[in-house]
Amino acid sequence: MPISLNRNKVRNELVKRIEEISAQDVFQCYQCGNCSSGCPVIDYMDISPNQVMRLAQLGEAEMILNSETIWICATCLQCSSRCPKGIDVAKVMEAVRSINLRNRDGIVKPDREDIEDIDELPPIALVSVFRKKTG
Amino acid sequence: MKRIGVFVCHCGVNIKETVDVEKVTVELKKHPDITHIENYMFMCSDPGQNLLKNAIKEKKLDGVVVAACSPTLHESTFRNAVEEAGLNQYQCEIANIREQCSWVHKEMKDATHKAKVIIQTAVAKLKLNESLSAISAPVTRRALVVGGGIAGIQAAIDIADAGYEVVMVEKKPSLGGHMIQLSETFPTLDCSQCILTPKMVQVSKDENVKLHVNSEVEAVEGYIGNFKVKIKQKAQLVNPDLCNLCDDCSDICPVLVPDEHEEGLAWRKSIFIPFPQAIPATFTIDEDSCLGLDPIACGKCKDVCEAEAINYDAKTQIIEEEVGAIIIATGYDLYPEENLAEYGYGKYPDVITSLQFERILSATGPTNGEVRRPSDGKVPKEVAFIHCCGSRDPDRHLSYCSKICCMYSSKHAKLYKHKVPDGQPYNFYIDIRSGGKQYDEFVQQAMEEEELLMIRGKVARIYKENDKMIIHGVDTLSGKGVQLEADMVVLAMGIIPSAGTDEFAQKLKLNTGEDGFMVEAHPKLRPVESIQAGYFLAGTAQGPKDIPETVSQASGAASKALALLSSDEIFHSPIIATVDTDLCSGCGICVATCPYDARELNEAEGVVEVNDILCEGCGACISACPSNACQQKNFTNRQLSEMIKIVAAN
Amino acid sequence: MSLPYFPGCTLKVDAKHFEDSAMKVMEILDEPLQEMKDWICCGTVFSMTSDDLMLQLASIRNLLRAEEQDIKELIVLCSMCYNTLKRAEKFITEDEENLRKVNDVMYKEDIEFHGLVEVKHLLSILKERITFNKIEEKTQKPLKDFKLGAYYGCLLLRPEDMAIDTFEDPDIIENLLKSTGADTIKFPYRLECCGAYQTVNNKDVTISRTYEIINSARKSGCEALVTSCPLCAFNLDQRQKQTAEAYLDFKKMPIFYFTELLSIALGSGWDKSWEKLHYVDPEPILKEKNLI
Repeated sequence: MPISLNRNKVRNELVKRIEEISAQDVFQCYQCGNCSSGCPVIDYMDISPNQVMRLAQLGEAEMILNSETIWICATCLQCSSRCPKGIDVAKVMEAVRSINLRNRDGIVKPDREDIEDIDELPPIALVSVFRKKTG
Repeated sequence: MKRIGVFVCHCGVNIKETVDVEKVTVELKKHPDITHIENYMFMCSDPGQNLLKNAIKEKKLDGVVVAACSPTLHESTFRNAVEEAGLNQYQCEIANIREQCSWVHKEMKDATHKAKVIIQTAVAKLKLNESLSAISAPVTRRALVVGGGIAGIQAAIDIADAGYEVVMVEKKPSLGGHMIQLSETFPTLDCSQCILTPKMVQVSKDENVKLHVNSEVEAVEGYIGNFKVKIKQKAQLVNPDLCNLCDDCSDICPVLVPDEHEEGLAWRKSIFIPFPQAIPATFTIDEDSCLGLDPIACGKCKDVCEAEAINYDAKTQIIEEEVGAIIIATGYDLYPEENLAEYGYGKYPDVITSLQFERILSATGPTNGEVRRPSDGKVPKEVAFIHCCGSRDPDRHLSYCSKICCMYSSKHAKLYKHKVPDGQPYNFYIDIRSGGKQYDEFVQQAMEEEELLMIRGKVARIYKENDKMIIHGVDTLSGKGVQLEADMVVLAMGIIPSAGTDEFAQKLKLNTGEDGFMVEAHPKLRPVESIQAGYFLAGTAQGPKDIPETVSQASGAASKALALLSSDEIFHSPIIATVDTDLCSGCGICVATCPYDARELNEAEGVVEVNDILCEGCGACISACPSNACQQKNFTNRQLSEMIKIVAAN
Repeated sequence: MSLPYFPGCTLKVDAKHFEDSAMKVMEILDEPLQEMKDWICCGTVFSMTSDDLMLQLASIRNLLRAEEQDIKELIVLCSMCYNTLKRAEKFITEDEENLRKVNDVMYKEDIEFHGLVEVKHLLSILKERITFNKIEEKTQKPLKDFKLGAYYGCLLLRPEDMAIDTFEDPDIIENLLKSTGADTIKFPYRLECCGAYQTVNNKDVTISRTYEIINSARKSGCEALVTSCPLCAFNLDQRQKQTAEAYLDFKKMPIFYFTELLSIALGSGWDKSWEKLHYVDPEPILKEKNLI
C-alpha cells in the first residue's frame, strides 16, 4: 500500500502532538541521516531514526507509534548531539513513547513474570526501564 | 510660485486595487500648490512618460511629483523624462504609494487617505527643491586586483587586454591560488596546471600588468575613480631579477618546513620555489623559518648563490599606487578540519582533506600522481569520500552548501578508480548537487562506469583499528546502518572565505555577510559589484563557486571596472550634506560621525569642510550636528519639517 | 569540612563498592564526603517531554532538600544520578517560569525553592577542587604498566550543555588515571552507549553492545575498563556472562569504578568485600600488576 499524501495529513493532529510534547519541529529535518549513522542500536530497530523523522513529515504518526524503534532507543542522545539542524531526535522518540504510555500502552510490566532476571538486576536498571516503558 | 504637476500611477492593479486613484485625483485637484493632476495605468511605460513630458510643456510645469512605486525602482526613469522635457531632474519627486501604502494596507479608505498625505508631503518638499547638477571627478584609469588565483588572473587579463593598466597584489610568493594545486578539473578532466599556467604566463608577460607578490593591501584612501592604495610587500630577500633558478640554495638550506603547496604532505626548504611553474619565477625565502636572517646562525644559501641574488638585509616595503577601480578576488580556504573531532583528522594520517587528495592525484604531487596513502605509502584499495564535511550544518558548523564538493568528490572517486582499477570508491553524500553543464552526466558516469558506490547518509564517526579506518555510517535509502573498513578517507571540507578576509574587509569598509563572504550590491541584478562604489567582486571571495563560474564572474567584474575606467569623469549624486560656515562651531562631532571620511576640520578657520565626492548623503552628520550647521541638499530641515507638518495635520 | 553528596539507590546495593571506595578516597584527600539527609530517588531518567512537570519532581525534590540543608554544591557519583539531577538543575535555573511552576506544585514544602544548588560530579571535584597534580603527589602505589580504558558512556557528556568535559573528545578520566601512573588508551567505543535499561527487556541489545565495547577496548590494548556509572558497570561486567555465551570468541575483561583504582593508588587499599560485587574477577589483574 502506498503512503497516501494529502494536505490534511501533513502535520496532522497526531504529528502536532508529537511536536508539542517534544518541542521539536519535524520539518526542520533534511534527512542527512546523521542520527541513524551514529545510533548504536539501529541494528535492532525496525525503522531507522531518520525514517522516524521522515514518517513524521509524511504524516504517518501511527507507523511511528507502533514501531519497535521507539522502545529500542535507549536515549543515549548521540543523535541529538550531532544533528546539523539542532533537532533533539531523542525528544521526538520520547514524545512518541509518552503518547503510548499515556494511553497505558507500555511494554514492560513491573512483575516477576515479565522480567526474567529481576533478582540480578540493579535498581538503577529496573527504575529506569519502568519510567521509560511502563504505561 | 512653482507650477507643480502630479501624476498618479495605477501600477496595473498594484496600487489601484487599494488606492482609489480617481478619488485622489479629484480631491487633490483643489490643492492650492497643485497646478495639474492626472492618473494613468502605467506611468513608467512609454505613453506614461510622454504624458508627463507633454504636460510639462503644455501646462508650463516647473515641478513634477510622480506617485508610484519606490524611488529605488523608477526614480531615474522619471527624472530622465523630466530632463528630456527641459526641467532640471531634481524638480521631480517620487511619492511612494505602492510599497509604503497600497501593498501594506487592506482597507481602500485608509490607503486612499494615506496616498493623499504622501503625495502632499512630496509636493511640500518639491516646492523647496533646488535645481542641482551632478558632481564630477576625474578617473584614474588603472585597476587594482587583489588576489592572484584564477579569479584575479582572469580579471587582470581582461582589463589589461582592454588596454588599461592593472596592479595585481598576491599574498603568496606565486600566482595560481588554489587552482594550481588541483589535479584535473571537472567535468572535462583537463589538467588544472595545463589550463592555468598559460594564463599565469600571460599575466607575467603583459606590460599592462604590474605584479606584486608576497604583498598585501595595507590601506586604501580616496573614492571611486580615485583610490590611493598602500601595498605592503615583504622583504625581497631574493632578488627576482637576479635569481637564475639554479636551485643550489635550496639544496644547501638546512631548514625543513611543511610545504603549503603540497598541503603539508611533503617538506620544503626555507628558501624555495613554491612549484616549478611559479610566477614570478624566482626562489623566495620564508622569513619565519629562515635562520640566515641572523647571519651568525646560517647564511649558507648566500654563500652558494653565484648570481648574488640573496640579500638578508632587504626590508619590507610600502608601495603606493593610484587606481580608479578595485577588484576583490581574495579566494577561499578549507573549513578547519580539526573542528570535526568525530572524523579524526590530525589524529589519523590516512584521514585527509580534499585538497590533500588533489595533491596526491597530481602528477607533480608528493607521490608523483600515484595514489598512495600518507601513513605507510600503501595503495589504498577501499577509499571513502565523505561529502558535506562542515557544510550544511547550521547547528555546529557552516549553514551553507559549499557547492563544489559533490562534483569534486565524484571526480576524486573517478580519478582514483582510473589510477587504482581494482580499488573501490565509496561516496557518502546527503544530496548530490550537480547543476551545471555536463555535471550530472559526469556524476552518473562515475557511478556507472567506475562502479562508484554512492551511499546516502552522513557519516557519524571514524576511528582507526589496526591499519583500517572504521567508518560508521548509514544508508538512508535502505534504512540500514553501514560499517566500512577503509584504507583511506578523504574529507570533502566545506569552504570559507580565505584567512584574513574579515580584517581586510574591515580595513576597506566592505560588507561581509554572516558567513564571512563579501556581499554583492544586489543578489540578482548587481552580483559582481560591492555596495561600496568602485569595488568589484570576483570568485570565491563572494561565495562558494567552481572554476567556470569564477571565471565568468571575474570577467563580469572586469567589464564593470572597464566601464568605469573608460570614462574621463565619474559623476556623483549632488544630494550631499553641506556645512553652513556661519553656523559651524568647528566642534568636529560630524567628522567622527561620518562613515565615509568625507569631512575634515579646517583648524585654521575653525569650520568643517566636506569632500563632496566622498559624501554619500547618508545624513549621519546632520543628526549629529549640535548647531544645525549641516544641511542635506533637497532634504533641508525646513523641507522635512514642512513634510512632517502635513503628516501631523492629517 | 566535609562535602555533601548524593548517593542514589544503586550505590547502596549493587554498587556499594563504588560508594565505599569513593568515601575512602575523599577521606585520604582530606575532603571527606558526607551523605546528604532525606534524599530520595533521583528520578533515574530525565523526562524529555515538554509538558509533564510531574516527571521532573523527584529530581527537583532532591535539590530542594539540599537547598533546605544549605548545600551549595551537591556531589554525585553515579553518572545516571548526575545526568538527571544536573538537567533538573538546568531545567530550573534556565527558565524562571519552570521555577515558578515547581514552587506552585510543591506549595506544601516548608521552604520556597530557589534552585541555588549546583550539581557536580565527583570527577569534576577531583579535577577542579583537589586537582590531578595533588593526586599525583599523593599517589603511593602507582598503577604502573596498567593499560586502562576510560569508558564514559553517555550520561557524563550528553547533552552537551551539562557535559563534564568536551563532549566529542573528553579526557578527564584519562587524565585522572594518568595522574596515578596508569597508561590510558582512548579506545573508539569509549563514548558509545552500553544499551542502558534495555538490559531489562532487550537483553540481546546490551549483550551485543558489551561485546562491541569490550572487543574495541581489547583490540586497542586495554586490560581493564574504568567507569563511573553503575548501569554501565552492570552491562559491561555482569552481562559478560551472557556475552560469553552468545559470542564464542569473546574474552572477558575486568570493569572498575574509577574510585576503586584511586583507592589502591592513594593507599587506602583494596577491600576484599568489593571483589564479590564484580562479576569478572578483578583480583588476578590487580595481583599481576602488584597492586594487591
